[in-house]
Amino acid sequence: MSPIIKLTNVCKSFGSLVVLDGLDMEVAQGEKVALIGPSGSGKSTVLRTIMTLETISGGEIEIDGEALWHMRRNGKLVAADEAHLRKMRSKVGMVFQQFNLFPHWSVLKNVVNPLRTVLGLSAQDARARAEELLALVGLKDKLNAYPGNLSGGQQQRVAIARALAMRPRIMLFDEVTSALDPELVGEVLNVLRLLAHEHDLTMIMVTHQMGFAREIADRVLFFEKGRIVEAGKPDKVFTNPDSDRTRAFLNAVLQG
Amino acid sequence: MIPFDFDYARSILPLLLEASLVTIAATVVSFAAALAGGLVLVLGMRAPFAAVRWPVWAVVQFIRSTPLLVQLYFLFFVLPGFGISLSPFVTGVAGMGIHYSCYIAEVYRAGLESVHKGQWEAATALNYRKSAAMVQIILPQAIPPIIPVLANYMIAMFKDTPILASITVIELMQTANIIASEKFLYVEPMTLVGLIFLAMSLVASACVRLLQGRLAR
Ligand SMILES: Nc1ncnc2c1ncn2[C@@H]1O[C@H](COP(=O)(O)OP(=O)(O)O)[C@@H](O)[C@H]1O
Ligand SMILES: [Mg+2]
Repeated sequence: MSPIIKLTNVCKSFGSLVVLDGLDMEVAQGEKVALIGPSGSGKSTVLRTIMTLETISGGEIEIDGEALWHMRRNGKLVAADEAHLRKMRSKVGMVFQQFNLFPHWSVLKNVVNPLRTVLGLSAQDARARAEELLALVGLKDKLNAYPGNLSGGQQQRVAIARALAMRPRIMLFDEVTSALDPELVGEVLNVLRLLAHEHDLTMIMVTHQMGFAREIADRVLFFEKGRIVEAGKPDKVFTNPDSDRTRAFLNAVLQG
Repeated sequence: MIPFDFDYARSILPLLLEASLVTIAATVVSFAAALAGGLVLVLGMRAPFAAVRWPVWAVVQFIRSTPLLVQLYFLFFVLPGFGISLSPFVTGVAGMGIHYSCYIAEVYRAGLESVHKGQWEAATALNYRKSAAMVQIILPQAIPPIIPVLANYMIAMFKDTPILASITVIELMQTANIIASEKFLYVEPMTLVGLIFLAMSLVASACVRLLQGRLAR
């Protein structure tokens, strides 16, 4: 089966800083992939380019068999316009380290408004779907609360529900537990565990939770300096990596 | 000591109070124009196309660097030469509205920049159109913190309205002038103008402080 995400020779620089250096990466439909690696190695940038929050400097990204940053017009390949980007974005959802809930809206409205405004659902359908997802993440009793009155763990669960409600085929998670107090990490990981059982949902997670990555990922990619240094099954990468650099990183993380 | 004739003052007060309605109307209309104009300008200065950004920026710099009085004279005396002649009041509020929109654009800009960029990113990830994200997500967060600043601009505009007398708008100052020049008695009308401005400014400032208290909560 063709991959749902395919990066070919993707390059990204900020000025003279090369962040992605000819990256090749494929993710199969329904696959759960964990990205690990030192800070600054370009993990977030990979997710952000897939979400179209960053442009790429070179190479090609395909989502679901279609170019992300290009489109065909009269048989020619041209730069993607906003309409093409919006079509592609509808397949992808993202959850951020800092939650990024809309603070002026209640929990319910955070989930309902995108359904109404972006997907054009009726008020009734949007509310039903929002309640269903907020129940899934265990926040049925917080519908009318405002983000500022929730704990970090609760906010992040709302953010997950909000992204899922759009029914993306791909979910991107960028260190979604890194901003949380340690005692709140578990409740968010539990939600991710639940999602990992969704057979069709493709998930890419950037994480420093090695135990969690090992538990739910189908495949682990170790990043360094904008390249994939090692890729493989979690058991193999975590216990017997091929690369010395992977080993050094894991030793440092697991001790620290 | 300067003699102050209370009976005379009392006799001209109704006329002055009536004229202050024109002052208030000029303030409210030109402030509304400045609020709308400022929004257009700030969006223009942040447009994705340099061909829009640059001219808007240049116009804003130009207007901010020239005196309001000169701009009013230009609108009032020069525009009719091009076949555009508006009443003094309309010319006045248009001039003040345009002038202040250039300052208010800056206030909006600060408000927009105070909204965390993660809000734009979340809106993009949820596939909002840019315009919908702006109207529903960014502006509702950008505007409340700048309301006190905007209100202070309104008070500043209010205190600037006597300049409209220079283009023959019969507002408070102009009315006082007319009364004064009838008998060459300036003390009473000018004192009353000052007191009326003082009273209205104090009320407005109190309202702003109240608003600020509300928003801080
Ligand atoms: N908008 C930006 N402008 C300049 N440099 C950036 C920007 N975003 C990321 N970087 C740089 O790119 C590198 C990779 O960042 P990132 O993808 O966030 O790494 P990671 O998520 O693996 O920690 C870092 O050195 C970071 O400072
Ligand atoms: Mg990162």
